[in-house]
Amino acid sequence: MSEKMPIAKALNAGLRAALEADEKVLIMGEDVGPLGGVFRVTDGLQKDFGESRVMDTPLAESGIVGTAIGLTYRGYRPVVEIQFDGFVYPAYDQIVSQVAKLHFRSLGDVKVPIVIRIPFGGGIGAVEHHSESPEAQFAMTAGLKVVAPSNAHDAYWMIQQAIASDDPIVFMEPKRRYWEAGEVDTEAEPAPLWESQVRRSGTDATLITYGPMVTTCLQAAEAAREDGLDLEVIDLRTLSPLDLDPVHESVRRTGHAVVVHEAARNLGIGAEVAARVTEECFYSLEAPVQRVTGYDMPYPPSRAEDEFLPGIDRILDAVDTARAF
Amino acid sequence: MSAPMPEQVSDDLPLVQLLTPAGERVEHPEFHYDGDDASIRDLYRDLVLARRIDTEAYALQRHGEIGLWPPALGQEAAQVGSGRALRPQDFAFVSYREHGVAWTRGIEPGKLVGLYRGVELGGWDPAEHGMGLISIVIGAHVLHATGYAMGLTFDGAVGTGDPERDAAVITYFGDGASSQGDVAEAFDFAAVNHAPVVFFCQNNQYAISVPLSRQTVVPIAHRAAGYGFRGVRVDGNDVLACHAVTTAALQQARDGGGPMLIEAVTYRMGAHTTSDDPSRYRADDEVEEWRAKDPIDRVRAYLDSAGTPPQFFTDLDAEAEEMGEHLRAMCQALPNPDLAELFDHVFTEQTDELREQQAAYVAWRGQYEGSPA
Repeated sequence: MSEKMPIAKALNAGLRAALEADEKVLIMGEDVGPLGGVFRVTDGLQKDFGESRVMDTPLAESGIVGTAIGLTYRGYRPVVEIQFDGFVYPAYDQIVSQVAKLHFRSLGDVKVPIVIRIPFGGGIGAVEHHSESPEAQFAMTAGLKVVAPSNAHDAYWMIQQAIASDDPIVFMEPKRRYWEAGEVDTEAEPAPLWESQVRRSGTDATLITYGPMVTTCLQAAEAAREDGLDLEVIDLRTLSPLDLDPVHESVRRTGHAVVVHEAARNLGIGAEVAARVTEECFYSLEAPVQRVTGYDMPYPPSRAEDEFLPGIDRILDAVDTARAF
Repeated sequence: MSAPMPEQVSDDLPLVQLLTPAGERVEHPEFHYDGDDASIRDLYRDLVLARRIDTEAYALQRHGEIGLWPPALGQEAAQVGSGRALRPQDFAFVSYREHGVAWTRGIEPGKLVGLYRGVELGGWDPAEHGMGLISIVIGAHVLHATGYAMGLTFDGAVGTGDPERDAAVITYFGDGASSQGDVAEAFDFAAVNHAPVVFFCQNNQYAISVPLSRQTVVPIAHRAAGYGFRGVRVDGNDVLACHAVTTAALQQARDGGGPMLIEAVTYRMGAHTTSDDPSRYRADDEVEEWRAKDPIDRVRAYLDSAGTPPQFFTDLDAEAEEMGEHLRAMCQALPNPDLAELFDHVFTEQTDELREQQAAYVAWRGQYEGSPA
C-alpha cells in the first residue's frame, strides 16, 4: 500500500510499527510524551503504547543515553530522541565511550541495540544549537553506525531497520525536510539499510550527498538540465559504513565527482568520500573531487544561513569547476 | 511492565513570602525587605517595563520580525527581585528567558532580540554589563558561574569587608536544568571550593511540556543539602521576597560564606517559546490558578493601598508604551549579519585555511552582485 506522507509522519508510522512488532522497543526523550516531540515525530505514541514504553525523561541527555544502555542489558531496545543536533553533546561521552565500545570490549557478549535519533541540519531559521550537522563526529567513531534518510519512504523503513539492528545506530533526521511529503510504500520490500542509492541518473557529473541535501542536489540537477548538463545524484543513506560501490561505478562513467553536505568541510563526510573515490577511481577522474559544504566556522546566525549552506548555485559552480579542470 | 510515576513533588519546605497575592505585606522571621515605598515603586516600574519588553518581543515574533521568542510572562518578580539585589561588581550567568534580569543589568532591550532575529549570536560585551551571553544549552552556564566565582576567591574579591570590592555571582536556570549533570557538577564544585555563587532556580513548573514531577520528587531547594550548602524556597511571584532572599544570599557569598541555592517557585504563563503549544500538555484551570498570583498585580494592590498617586501609574504606562516602540524600532534597525565578516571571528587570528575560504566566498558572492535575487 502506498500513501503520501511527510517525513515526520513516516517516521511516526515507522516507530509505531516497531513498537507494535516488538514489546521490548522503548522510546525515551525530552517531550516525546503528551507533546509528541517538538517536531511531533512521536505524536500519539505515548497515548497508544503507555508511559512505560514512550517515556518523557528528565532533561538530561547523558542520562537518557546512559540509562538506555542499562536497559539494553535487560533486553530492551531503546530508541532515544535527542531534541536537536546541538543538544547531543552532553550525551557524547556515553555515546562515544560506552555505546560504541561495549560490543567490542565484551567480544560480542554485550549487544547495544540503541537507536539515537537526531534531527540535524539547518535551513529553518533557528537559534543557535538548532541547526548543526555533527554526523561526521559519530561516523568517525569506530563502533557506531550512522544513517540518514532523505525521504519519507526511507524514513519509514530505515527507522524500523535501525531498531531491528543489534548494533547501535545514530539516526540523523533531515529536520528541514520533515514536512516534505513523499510516497511511502508500506508493503514494499525495503532496500537494505546499508546501501546507497542513485536518485537520478546522469552522465556528466556525479553529485554525492545525503540527508537534507538530497533534495537540494536534485533541484540543482534539474537546473543543470536547462543548461544541457545531465547530473547523476547519489543518496548515500548510510554514512558509516559507507556504501561507495554505486559511487565508484558512477564516477567511472561521469569522470566528475562533487560531494555536498551542510557540515563543515574539514574532516567532513566529503573528505572521506573524496579520498575513497580518488583511491578507487583515480584513472577515471577528469578532475579532483569537489566539495560543497558549510564553511569551517560555528553555525552562523540564521539570517546568514542561506549564504552558509550549500545551495544550487554553489553546487553548479562546483560542477563547472570540475568540468573545466 | 509498569513503572509508578510520581504525580506530585513533595512540598515540605515552606515558601518565603513577604507580599501576598492580595498585596498584603507579611513578615518573615529571617528575611526582610528593607526598602521604602519609593523603592517598591522602583521595583514596580522594573516589573512593568520588563513585561512590556517581553510582550513587545512576543508581538515582534508574531509579526515575523524575529524568528522565536521565549516569553518570561509570569516570571518577572523572580527576575527583577533577584536582579535588583546585584551590585555593579557582581556577575550574572543566564539562560535564555532572563529578559527581566537583562533589564536590571542595563542591557539595551533591542540587544535582547538580536539572537532571536537571527542577526547575531551574542549581543553585548559580558564584562561591560556583568552578565554573560545567554546559554541555550541547558545548564551549561551554571558551571561557568561557579568557575567565575572560584576566580573571585582566587583574586581576593571575597570577604574583605569592602562593599565596593567584594563580589558574588548569580546564575539562573530552570527546573528542567536541575536534572542536568552540569548543574549537579556545578553544585559540587561550588561546595568544595566554597565559591561565592548563588544558584537561582526559576522553577516555572515545566520544561517545555514535561512537568516538574518528571524532574524531581523533592523540592529542588533540597538538592543543596546533599552538597553541603543551604537551599531556600521563595515565592517566585513575590518581588519583595525574591529581592530579600537574593540580597541575603549574595551578601553571604560576598562575605565568604559560600554558595546558596534559591528555588523561586513561579509559573511560565506563556508557551515555552513561540513555537510551542502548551494546550497540548497543561490544563487551563492550572493557568488561571497562577494568574491569580500574578507578580505585578500584587505590587499594584500594595502601592494602591499605600496611597501612591495615580499619576505615577499613568506616567509609567506612557513610559512602557515608549519602551515598546523603542524596542520595535531597535529590532527593525538591527543590521543583517555579513557572512564574510564572520570568518574574522572564528579565532583570535585568522588561519590561512579560513582566509582562503573567506576569499573564495567573497569571490563567489561577487559573481552574483547586482543580479536580481
